[in-house]
Amino acid sequence: MEDEALLERILGGDRDAFTELVERYQHSLIRLARYFVKTESSAEDVAQDTWIAVMKGLEKFEGRSTFKTWLFRIAANRARKTGAREYRVVNVDPVDPVSSARFNEAGMWREAPVPFTELINDRLANADVVEACRRAIRDLPEPQQSVVTLRDVEGLSTREVSELLEISESNVRVLLHRGRAKIREALEGKLKGGYSWQ
Amino acid sequence: MAMTQDITCHQAVALVSDYLEGALSRRDRRRLERHLEGCEACSAYLEQMRVTIAISGSVGPEDLSAEALSRLVDVFEKYRQDQSGE
Repeated sequence: MEDEALLERILGGDRDAFTELVERYQHSLIRLARYFVKTESSAEDVAQDTWIAVMKGLEKFEGRSTFKTWLFRIAANRARKTGAREYRVVNVDPVDPVSSARFNEAGMWREAPVPFTELINDRLANADVVEACRRAIRDLPEPQQSVVTLRDVEGLSTREVSELLEISESNVRVLLHRGRAKIREALEGKLKGGYSWQ
Repeated sequence: MAMTQDITCHQAVALVSDYLEGALSRRDRRRLERHLEGCEACSAYLEQMRVTIAISGSVGPEDLSAEALSRLVDVFEKYRQDQSGE
């Protein structure tokens, strides 16, 4: 069910609709808040405050933006107020996203990558891959985890992520690049491992 | 893994994410595309990156703990009470 349909039901007093909406966004709200605040529990508090603000403001929500954008803006504003901005300066991870060891001195692959679609070949494997991806995202350091969650999991645009986190679009892209490279590597490990069994 | 005159494979993979974001300059985009045309390995890497992003997009919401959910449902109940009290 679309967000907007759930909102209608929530306004009508439907508790299950509220639960469904919370389950849909709570994790991403915490990731977004975590970008600004120091601890997970503080991020959880921000997420809870966000839902209180949502309920208070729901009748006035006019749908000029999508609900998701509205929700994330509320959370970002609250997190920003709460947080000591420890990630204000974007840390540039010095580690090369694709290990230099994979290339020879001429900068060419020592061992060529294999397209993932050749390795993912049944539904069970697919479910395993999605789970491996979820774990890989969870293992990303901040602020990569927040950026990947908002951009690739939630599907916000780079500009929206940049506005929510108040970092430049080019910094969003740097963080995305590093985060995606790590997830790709984790999936490659998983798929190659699975592949060798067949 | 063909050798191209412009960029190496190592340089090409560094451009892939920005390429997918549509954020490369025209010159870099052309250099990368020219490299990809002649390089199966980097094309496979690009495909891996596309699939990685697609899979990230299919990661659904995580299950919430019963405790976390119950705290949030309280938010909702309080709202309803406030509404009916008005």
